[in-house]
This record gives sequence, C-alpha cells and structure tokens, in this order.
Amino acid sequence: MLDLLSGFVTELRDAGLPVSLTEHLDAAEAIHYIPLEDRTALKYALAATLVKSSDHWRAFETAFEVYFAHRTLTEAGEEGEEGADGELRESAASGSGDRPGRPGMSGAGASDSMSAEELAALLYRSLLIGDQGLTSVVARQAVNRYAGMEPGRPVGGTYYLYRTLRNLDLEGVLARLLEEARNEAVGGGGLTPLEERLIADEYQARIDKLRQSIESEIRRRLVEDRGAEALAKSVRKPLPEDLDVMHASRDDLAALQRALHPLSRKLAVRLTRKRRKGRKGALDFRATVRRSLSTGGVPVEPRFRHPRPAKPEIMVIADISGSVASFARFTLHLVYAISSQFSKVRAFVFVDGLDEVTRFFEGVDDPALAVHRINTEADVIWIDGHSDYGHALRVFNERYGDSVTSRTSVLLLGDARNNYHASEAWVLGELQRQARHVYWLNPEPRDYWGSGDSIVDEYAVHCDQVVEVRTLRQLERFVGELT
Amino acid sequence: MTETTASRAAALGLPDTGPPRFDSVDDVRARLADVGYLSDESIAGVVHLADRLAKPILVEGPAGTGKTQLAKSVAEITGSRLIRLQCYEGLDESKALYEWNYRKQLLRIQAGQVSGEGLALAADEAPGSSWKALEEDIFSADFLLTRPLLEAISADEPVVLLVDEVDRVELETEALLLEVLSEYQVSIPELGTVRATRLPMVFLTSNNTRELSEALKRRCLYLHIDYPDLEREREIVRTRVPGITDELADQVARIVRSLRTLELRKAPSVSETLDWARTLVILGMDSIDAASARDTLHILLKYQTDIERASKELLTAGS
Repeated sequence: MLDLLSGFVTELRDAGLPVSLTEHLDAAEAIHYIPLEDRTALKYALAATLVKSSDHWRAFETAFEVYFAHRTLTEAGEEGEEGADGELRESAASGSGDRPGRPGMSGAGASDSMSAEELAALLYRSLLIGDQGLTSVVARQAVNRYAGMEPGRPVGGTYYLYRTLRNLDLEGVLARLLEEARNEAVGGGGLTPLEERLIADEYQARIDKLRQSIESEIRRRLVEDRGAEALAKSVRKPLPEDLDVMHASRDDLAALQRALHPLSRKLAVRLTRKRRKGRKGALDFRATVRRSLSTGGVPVEPRFRHPRPAKPEIMVIADISGSVASFARFTLHLVYAISSQFSKVRAFVFVDGLDEVTRFFEGVDDPALAVHRINTEADVIWIDGHSDYGHALRVFNERYGDSVTSRTSVLLLGDARNNYHASEAWVLGELQRQARHVYWLNPEPRDYWGSGDSIVDEYAVHCDQVVEVRTLRQLERFVGELT
Repeated sequence: MTETTASRAAALGLPDTGPPRFDSVDDVRARLADVGYLSDESIAGVVHLADRLAKPILVEGPAGTGKTQLAKSVAEITGSRLIRLQCYEGLDESKALYEWNYRKQLLRIQAGQVSGEGLALAADEAPGSSWKALEEDIFSADFLLTRPLLEAISADEPVVLLVDEVDRVELETEALLLEVLSEYQVSIPELGTVRATRLPMVFLTSNNTRELSEALKRRCLYLHIDYPDLEREREIVRTRVPGITDELADQVARIVRSLRTLELRKAPSVSETLDWARTLVILGMDSIDAASARDTLHILLKYQTDIERASKELLTAGS
C-alpha cells in the first residue's frame, strides 16, 4: 500500500501539484485510520492531505481514478458491485440470458449480450428514472458495444469516449425525454417555461453523470490493459494556470475562463495590499503626540500619514486576429479586472486596421461582456483581415501618439507574425522614446520567435522587455510586476 | 489507533488527549446531523481524520456554504467552547496571540513609586534587587492579556478554535499562526513557552481571495466545501426551514441548481437558498410558479444584472 501511495504521489508531482514530503507522510498516516475497502473515504483522506488547492482537484481526481479505482484494495468491493449489477440488469433489461463476465480486452464486441435497441431502451429508462445502479450498467454496456477498444494502444481514451457518446446519441435521447415530459403535461395545462427548464436541467445532470460513468469505465479498462503508471501519463490533465492559451481546446478555454476570475481577484487584492503597505508615509507628528497622551506623554506608537504612490498609466495594443485572439482576450480581461491599480487604462485592438476599444469597458462591470463586444463590434479590418503590425502601429502613432506620455506603459500583445508586410519598427522606437516602458507579450514559445514570418526580433530592439506569456501563470506574474 | 494519537501527542511533548472524539466517519456524520448540520462523505471524513491526526483543518469554498457553521457545529457536538479569531487586514500578534497590558504595567510602576518601594526606576541609579523584582513582577501572567490563540492553547476545558477568513491577513501575519498550528504552543520571550494542556480542534476558513502560504497549507488538512448537490441541498432546506413541504423544498433546490449553472456574478449560496425558502414559507406558498419566483428572486441574487439574466433564462419561454 505504501508503495502504491509513493507511486501516486510521484504521479501527482509529475502532473504539477506541489506535494511536500510532510504531506506524503501525513497521507501515509491518514490511511491507517480509514477502512481500506472504502474507496470514497480513501479518496477524501488523500485529497485532504495531499491536495491543498481546489484548482488541483481535477488533476487529483483523474490520477486517483487511474491509481486506486480498481486495484488491490478494491478487489472485494468490485465483485460485490458486479453482482449487484447483474441482478439489476436482469430485472431491468430484457433478461437476455447469461451476463457477460468481466469483459476482458479480447475484442470488446465479442461478449455483447445486448442489442443496440435494448441498450437504447435501457439508456432511456435509466435517464428517465435517474437510477445510479442502472446508469453504471448502461455505461458498461455502452463501452462494451461502441468503444471498440484495442488493447495495447498508448492512448488516453478520449477517442473511445467520443466514439461511445456519438453512438449513444445523447442529444436525441434528451430531446425525446423532454418531448415525453411535455406530452405528459398536456393534460394538466402544459409546462410553464420554468418547469420545462427545471426538467431539462434535471435530465442534463443525469446525462452528465452517465458521461462521467462512461469515462471512468473506459479508464478502468485502460488501466487493466496497460497499468496505472503508463495510463496516468497519457490522461494527465494540466492545471488550468499551466494550459497553453494558444492551443487550448474549447473545454480548456472554459476552464481558463473560470480560473481567470478568481485569479484577477486575487491579483487585485494582492496589489492593493502591496500598495497600501509598501512604503509608509511621512511621520504624522500631530497624531503621534495625540496618541502619546494615553501613555503619559511617551510616544510609544508613532503614527504615519497614508502614502499616495503614483499609479502608472497603461495602454494595451492587442492583436485580435484569429491566431492569437484568445490570448488577447485573456490579457484584456485581466488588465481590466485590475484597472483600479492603474490611473488610466486605454485599450486598442487591431488586425490590419486599429480601433480604440476603451469605450466598451466603460460603465460595464463584467469585463467578459466587454471583450465579447470588442470581438463583434470593433472596427479592425483595413484591407484583407490578415495581421499587419506595421500598418496598425503607424495608425496608432498618427492618431494616439500624442497621448503617450512619460507616465505611460505601452503593452503590445501579439505573435508578431506579420504576413511579410513591412515591420515599420521605427514607430515603436518613437513610442519608446515617449513612453515610460514598452513591453511586448508574445504568446508563442520562445523557440519559434523569428521563424517564418515572425518578426518579433525587429520589434524587440525597441522594447524594454519581450516576454513569453503562454499560460495564465506567466500572465499573472507579468501583470503583477507591472504595477 | 489510539496509540498513534497518543504517540503524536507525546512527540509534541503534550499530555495524552484522552480518547478520540469520534468513533468513525459515520459517527461524525450522525452527530453533526443531530445538531442540524448535514455533512457529506468528505466533510465528515476530514473532520474524523483531523481528530485522529491532531491536525488543523483548512476549509475553503465559496461564501455561504457553511464553513463557519461547520466549526460551530463541531464545537456543539463535542461539547467544547468555541474560541473565534476573526481575521482582518492589519491583524497583528497583539490581537491574535497576546499583549502586555502596558497601562496596567505603568500603573504598577507608578504605584510603586508613590509607595516608595520601587524608587529605582532607572536601572543605572541603583541596580539593586528591587528593579529586578519589579521587572519580574510586571512581566508575569497577571499583566498578560490573552488573545484568542493563546486562550485556545491555555484553556483547561475542551475548545474548538476557529480562525475565520484567514485569507484576509497579510502573508507575514500568517506566520504567527504556524507555531500554534503545528506545535500547539506559543512562545512569549519574557515568560517562556506556553504549551497546550489539551489539543484543541482547529478550523481555519478561507474565501480564497488570495493564495495562502505553502507553510500554512502544509500544516493543515485541506477541505473544500462546494455548493451541495441537489439531494443534499434539499435535505438542508428540509432540516433548516421548519414548516416547509417536501414539494416546495424539492422545487427550491432544483431552481437553485439551475441558477448555479448560469453564468452569474454571484451564484446563490446555501444561506441565500435558506433565506429564500423561509420567505416562501412565510408567504404561505406551497409551490413556486414563475410569477412568485420573479417577485422573490432578489433574495437569492444580489446583483441587478444577475436578476435580469436569471428571469430571462429561467422564466421566459424559448430559452
């Protein structure tokens, strides 16, 4: 058991979770106190001792499933579960004879006992009544039938999941369930929108449960096939703050979006604090003397005036062409979330034309909404809608160059892939002379800079700093240093 | 099992704390349910572990999910006194640990001057024994004001220490907690080290407005309390709102779950759910229809934009 735990801790560390030696020891001590056959208890014990941030929960859960789901300590529980499944299945389904034994990896379709129609009917029923046991039977059968798993392939199972779900046609089932509910209610005067929404959400929740259960079923079989260590590597989920923004999938983007909000809040709080207590103001003589009266005229506690440090002004110029759009979105979002830290923020976006978008943020308390409006309303196309940094910079300098002062920090966001247009890097030189700082944030890995049509090096000469910002973590660090 | 608790206590130089407070996870659950706190596997499991491992629990989660209530309920079922340290920005050791009562010390010195016994106030005039005696006198326990942390350590009766919203203090102040949390002791330079006579149960809550330091996290068990799932929320509503019908409780829980799936600035918390349910009961409703939901939505949601979005999404057709 201790060996297994060590392997698990190593896996967590590989996935990027900071697990210290003390925490490892705590976990080892904690498992003395819980019944080993209780998988949930084990999970919570390990989570409490090893995982100290809710952002890491997803990574932990994945690793836990792979490592502990179906090994040694649960052999007994496993059997019991299957027995129960069998009974349920017999009573629930058509009773089509012998139930399949543990479906091995020897060709998943071979031991099928349910036809497609039976499975569909069972699926419908399980969703209708929302029974946990039935759901897991459906998951098992669906994987049997549709996943088409091939032993020995080094995959994480996403494809199997996709194939199973596609065949189950969950959306169709959902529509049928809703139709059914509507028909039932016709007698009682039909469904109000509220009722309809509630029913839809209920079915959606059940479907999500089924999906999870299918996912863990697939994972279980993969573990049987290839062992936990190998699988853990392929299903490892990066922490949200480490996701590469440019190559994030839609799910990842959603995770990023969720992570962004608390992140910006934390950053704002930290910066306010830093500002407030960073330097103490001058000694407030009057207040100190008044205070000293309570200690018999001895100035025990000196009082200080509140410091008023100057806040910098920020101008963000962001490329929002397809390749880097999501990156620009996150940065704008973050900058605006902490805009109270700056005396003034102005935002500009460009593709080959340039437009000021500060107005979208004014009077809106949700930066996400503003960012959405920018994407749809800003006027950024000049000729063909391919990034032209040179033209955009020239336009910026002509129209807004005068408002760049010695208090302004200019942030440029983009990969500097200029489609072989003129770089016009001299404009940046002009800006640098006027501004306090010019920073360039590049969402591409440093190794790619200067390859192909990337001309970041030409601009770099005129920047105080060019930073690689591929993940939220890097972004947060940069913005934190900016103020 | 008890041996390990005892040996841990022994390693810390503490007296044996007696039998563990809870027999099993289920015991925790049942007793919490008795005082009206509906826990789940993870909450009960972590509380149980914390008792056995003699470790503090760091509770995180959205506002209004019952973090503080958990500490209160545990205090209630173990028959302990709850000592609460509310954290805020600018909290320092004189508010958290202890403070010398310098006004009283001044008085003591002045009283000595008047009566003539401690004339040698300045040590260089007459470095005699009287000054030494005085110094020992004014730095004794009599002149010490105990603050929550020290109080929890030095208490004779069983206590539960609640450090509320620990994320509000500065990073540097967090360090004050470390000694108390891992060794259950407080060092006072003038007096020496005060060790706990009984191990208190410690809860720290955090709303996650900033990342807590690694050092603090390492010393704690971590418990994340999220919004409860449908069944648990329904149960909570049923237990905490007297006079509610099962049907209404079910509807309340389901509407709240739907609301939480929307992208709102502030999702409704459990305490707001309870407020809403109470309101509906007081208004004498047995079930919710669209109109009554719209009229009372402001109890659940606190931003105008949220209310508008929710009524649009939930209460109008074709969404």
